[in-house]
Amino acid sequence: MAMLHLVNKSPYDTCNLNTASGTMKDGDQLLLIEDGVYGAIKNGKSASLLNGLKVSVLGPDLAARGISQDKLVDDIDIIDYAGFVDLVEASDKVQSWL
Amino acid sequence: MPDAKKFMYINRKAPYGTIYAWESLEVILIAAAFEQDVSLAFMDDGVFQLTRGQDTKGIGMKNFSPTYSALGDYEVTKIYVEKESLEERGLGLDDLQHLVWEDEDEDYAEKDSIHLVSRAELADLFAGQDVLFNF
Amino acid sequence: MKLTIQVNEGPYQHQSSDSAYFFTKAALDKGHEIFRIFFYHDGVNNGTRLTTPPQDDRNIVKRWSELAKEHDIDMVLCVAAAQRRGIVDDGEAERNGKDATNMADGFRISGLGQLVEGAIESDRLVVFGD
Repeated sequence: MAMLHLVNKSPYDTCNLNTASGTMKDGDQLLLIEDGVYGAIKNGKSASLLNGLKVSVLGPDLAARGISQDKLVDDIDIIDYAGFVDLVEASDKVQSWL
Repeated sequence: MPDAKKFMYINRKAPYGTIYAWESLEVILIAAAFEQDVSLAFMDDGVFQLTRGQDTKGIGMKNFSPTYSALGDYEVTKIYVEKESLEERGLGLDDLQHLVWEDEDEDYAEKDSIHLVSRAELADLFAGQDVLFNF
Repeated sequence: MKLTIQVNEGPYQHQSSDSAYFFTKAALDKGHEIFRIFFYHDGVNNGTRLTTPPQDDRNIVKRWSELAKEHDIDMVLCVAAAQRRGIVDDGEAERNGKDATNMADGFRISGLGQLVEGAIESDRLVVFGD
């Protein structure tokens, strides 16, 4: 079964997204929350870390940080806290990359 | 209580600069009483927790590094250290404590607790767990 | 789904406590069960009743107390972490000779075994931290 990976730090601040993306397996899901949402900016140097991964991003955290949808990488799901709960339920365990 | 779950404690932070390394060890020691299938992973800056020769007198903190060598007595025998993290940081296995456990099924033969694994192997190990602890 | 939530950071300093709170609320709204919320490291600071946040900002401690009361949630502050950081209930005050208590409503202080038990008994453990 699949893991849900949570990343809550900017990839320009810590290596968490780098490590997480390097450990994800087929079928795993990545969710960017809190400062982690900056990793989803398409023109950012770290955007390539998301290539080939199933990625969601928490909408309230994007909005708080003034990052609009058009700034994000393609093929990313913007979800709310209810969607976050659904992702937890759909996985068999959660890894928080703290 | 249900069947034993596979618990993995993931350590990614260096010791002493923050309290996470020590307080995560405290969880591991308590968890031993619950007879689950426990393993530890050290990656990224977490590999620094296992260095030998830690001397904390000058910074006035308790040196908790001897606790790692007691883990064998708490039946924590699977300690995975990520190769890439060590190499990136200019360290080798020789820079780390030599952690062992005694196998009572083999006349208390001393065995290595530390297993050096690649990131890909660690990913496979994560996938096989029931619960992942992060600090 | 039965959930145990772990909160590793204190109120205001990090967003962890807020994220954990909104996640927990969403889970409850969807009819899931919260087995336990376990506060560890600086997370125990979510359990002091002595905060006075600005009037125009959220009251994190009160928010937790109210959520626990409304949904009968077991919110546990780790005893070792609480002792280190000075979060004290009546029992701890007596045991450790403290002249005051400061624990907020809806919390209780207990051992790390409660986190481990939560992980054993729940379907998922979700950790919020730094």
